[in-house]
Amino acid sequence: MAEYSWPSKEDSRLIGKRHTRLDGLAKSTGAARYTYDVNLPNQLIVKALGSPHAHCKVMSVDVSAAEKTPGVVHVHVLRMPKKGDDGVMVYPEIQTEGELIVAVAAESEGAAAEGVSKIKVQYEQLPVFADDDDLDAAIKAGRTKRAGGKITLEKEPGDDEDEEEFEEKEIARLFKESAHVVEGHYGIDVITHCCLEPHGSTVEWKGGKLNAYLSTQNVSKTDDGFAAALDLTADDVDVHCEYIGGGFGSKFRPDYWGIAAAEISKATGRPVKFMLTRDQELKIAGNRPSGYINVKLGADKDGVVQIWDSQQWGTSGYDGGGVSDSVIPYVYRPKNYRRVATSIAVNADPQRAWRAPNHPQACAMTQTAYDDLAAKMQVDSLDIFLKNLANIEARQTAEVYTEELKLAAQLMDWKAKWHPHGKGPRKGSVVDGLGIGLHEWGGVANSSSVLLRVHADGGVSSYCGTQDLGTGTRTVCAIVLAETFGLDIDDVKVNIGHSTYPESGASGGSTTVGAVSESHRRAATDALARLFEKVAPALGAQPGDLEAKKGRIQVKGSPSKSLSWKEACSKLGMSTIEITTNYERGNKTNLSSEGVGGVQMAHVSVDLETGAVRVNKVVAVQDMGLIINRKAAESQIYGAVIMSIAYALFEQRIMDPKTGAFLNAELSDYKLPRLGDIGEIVVEMYEPESQRSRGVIGLGEPPVISGGAAISNAVCNATGVRVPVLPLTPQRVLKALG
Amino acid sequence: MSNWFQEHFSRRKFLGGTGAVAATALLSESARQAEAAEKEPQVRSGEQTIKLKVNGKVHEVKVEPRTTLLDVLRYQLDLTGAKPVSIDGSSGASTVIVDGKPVTASTTLALAVEGKAIQTVESLAGKKLDPVPQCFVEHDAEQCGFCTPGFVVAVRAYLDKNPNATEEMIRNNLNGNICRCGTYVNVLQAAVAVVKGGGNG
Ligand code: FES
Repeated sequence: MAEYSWPSKEDSRLIGKRHTRLDGLAKSTGAARYTYDVNLPNQLIVKALGSPHAHCKVMSVDVSAAEKTPGVVHVHVLRMPKKGDDGVMVYPEIQTEGELIVAVAAESEGAAAEGVSKIKVQYEQLPVFADDDDLDAAIKAGRTKRAGGKITLEKEPGDDEDEEEFEEKEIARLFKESAHVVEGHYGIDVITHCCLEPHGSTVEWKGGKLNAYLSTQNVSKTDDGFAAALDLTADDVDVHCEYIGGGFGSKFRPDYWGIAAAEISKATGRPVKFMLTRDQELKIAGNRPSGYINVKLGADKDGVVQIWDSQQWGTSGYDGGGVSDSVIPYVYRPKNYRRVATSIAVNADPQRAWRAPNHPQACAMTQTAYDDLAAKMQVDSLDIFLKNLANIEARQTAEVYTEELKLAAQLMDWKAKWHPHGKGPRKGSVVDGLGIGLHEWGGVANSSSVLLRVHADGGVSSYCGTQDLGTGTRTVCAIVLAETFGLDIDDVKVNIGHSTYPESGASGGSTTVGAVSESHRRAATDALARLFEKVAPALGAQPGDLEAKKGRIQVKGSPSKSLSWKEACSKLGMSTIEITTNYERGNKTNLSSEGVGGVQMAHVSVDLETGAVRVNKVVAVQDMGLIINRKAAESQIYGAVIMSIAYALFEQRIMDPKTGAFLNAELSDYKLPRLGDIGEIVVEMYEPESQRSRGVIGLGEPPVISGGAAISNAVCNATGVRVPVLPLTPQRVLKALG
Repeated sequence: MSNWFQEHFSRRKFLGGTGAVAATALLSESARQAEAAEKEPQVRSGEQTIKLKVNGKVHEVKVEPRTTLLDVLRYQLDLTGAKPVSIDGSSGASTVIVDGKPVTASTTLALAVEGKAIQTVESLAGKKLDPVPQCFVEHDAEQCGFCTPGFVVAVRAYLDKNPNATEEMIRNNLNGNICRCGTYVNVLQAAVAVVKGGGNG
């Protein structure tokens, strides 16, 4: 089998350079067609009624008035009370506000919505529990479950000692011997994915087959999802998604509303568009679990943590869940620790993967405690963060974190700006402060197949069932192909976004750029070898002596002995080079690897009178192996930092604790940062040759992780008090200030 | 006006949103008043055909009183650049220019813009590409891209009024649009580049 590798830095014409994205113009002029934009002739529009209650039973559904509404063509009941096998009525139980009950298909948006307003449903309300931050209340209500935990101690019990007793005694001893002990409470609320293009599809059922335009980050596998639910086989389903308006981990499946769209299309014989409304998108299409934690840590006189003891809780919805304890404490992992996790079930929609699942919460729940240690010792947080690198458990090394911290400190001008917690100068009612967070992530390449064609007329086209979540996947594919063939990016035609193309993994876990880089580099290398065989005789050389450079195939080092790309391809005669290459996830190669770290520092101002927090500057230093498109990589980091500003300061799901109602499920109330809220953001790639030679590693998630902790720590440094729970809203800041 | 409309587009919903939303509601109100003053007062109900001038061309479209400009653009004129993101216009994703002013098409009724000059993002990609989308591309100001057309139009409308806007002014004034992917740094760079004469080549 061929050895695949990347060209050296010097030999790379395109890789690692700054490229505008191929679909930038289509996106910036409205030409890009998203699922919401696909209008099929004679299509119906579907709107749905959601449950107004967070916990209830559906007792009866009356759709007669809806059916008579002008423009309404079809009414599809999703949750109908019906007789069970034993003849007893079964009333569907609803566990979350907004869960869809009836879908109405009509000739227009207006008619569909009017139809929805005419539906009559009788509910029996059931008791609601919605308090995910109050552990005692949850225990009292019987809504908790043990959700993991671990004890690791350096010392082991003697043969005759009781293990639990030993652990308690040993932990007590470690705290007793600690020079500094910090006790704190930290947390982070539920947020939603809030994709600007809501979940949904436009589907057409024709001749026993389903054609589905689906807003999805999983083009290759959602055909299976439709097929399984509709009693088809996957080859009867074509899924298309050329453009997706945000996913962030929430769009892996057709979802029950996608299946409903297909069923309505089958029933009516017409194409159907079924997109969620904004409030439905926020209520039922994805959220990130909350996490709250009580921490006690003990450190030696130098501020190196020797013992960590924490109890955490939180929720992922009506199934319980919460933040995995496996990432607690985050990156930093003292030699002695105990962590206990409890899950709380609340009447709300279950979580979905949210950009770097578990990590942002874990970071904000634990690196805040490390900063409180610095505050207690009245020493520089940077020293504490550096020293504690002696004990970490992460997919990046202490050496790299050290370098990254130093680099970030320089870019932040840390030394000049830093002051002990709560002791900075005050300008009017405003104080400022600095904070740090650091993160880690995997980013392994997903499986990916590609079909590549090189035509005798010089045309190059690729087909891959991947998708472009906003990372610039299309452009990455083109850069890799063009680099390998010595062509320009515009010379290759990249095709993605259809389930009929060779299978490529879902875009989740920062696995896509690695995946398509693997498959496209392999396919192009193989295709080039085939082309060299055809061309070698004409150049009087051996195939192994040829190279592709600057639009020509030439004898290595002798540009005079060359053919233009077109001339070279003409040697294919009547044939076309057609290669399908498959990369399997987990296969160790020179082209990709996994495991990154990164460091972020924040500088904020806090108005002590209003509680308002303003981000002045964020520095993000990130390692990521080999960079394919520098411009897009930077954009990913900018975007991730902005998203962390969002959850650090603004966004939260506000649930009424009595009724479980999601009170702010519109964008006017679900606060997200805007252009004026982001301050200055400095992005720095950490990329010595030792990083570059690791190959491609995914980048989508890691930079979203540590901004929350960094901002929280900066607010603590500014004010001298910890605002325990994110987002740090003005009310919470004022409350903490007392 | 049907009951449905009253239920779903109550005055409170219209006015309770952002400033931009309130302005839009007032705009439609004053447009209607102006129209009423010109013509015989009339009650409009049911489906009817009206003429809308979009991107310099007059189109006959079928609307009901409740039909939004956004739905007309997207479902009848095949102009899907303006996006449906928020019912109250607070995301700015459906921003179009009406008689020189930015409005959110999701909160503007089609009847209210009869006779007005409506400009959508698609018009910026006419024979000559407008510098705003051009600079958005150069500065990678689009990730998923769903917010992008609305942002492009908002920047165009703002720079039309403030051709020499400083970075500070842009930061302070382009706050009507939400980008969930976080392209703000790139949007800012793009807008500054337009002011500096970028995107003309
Ligand atoms: S680019 Fe995705 S919402 Fe702005």
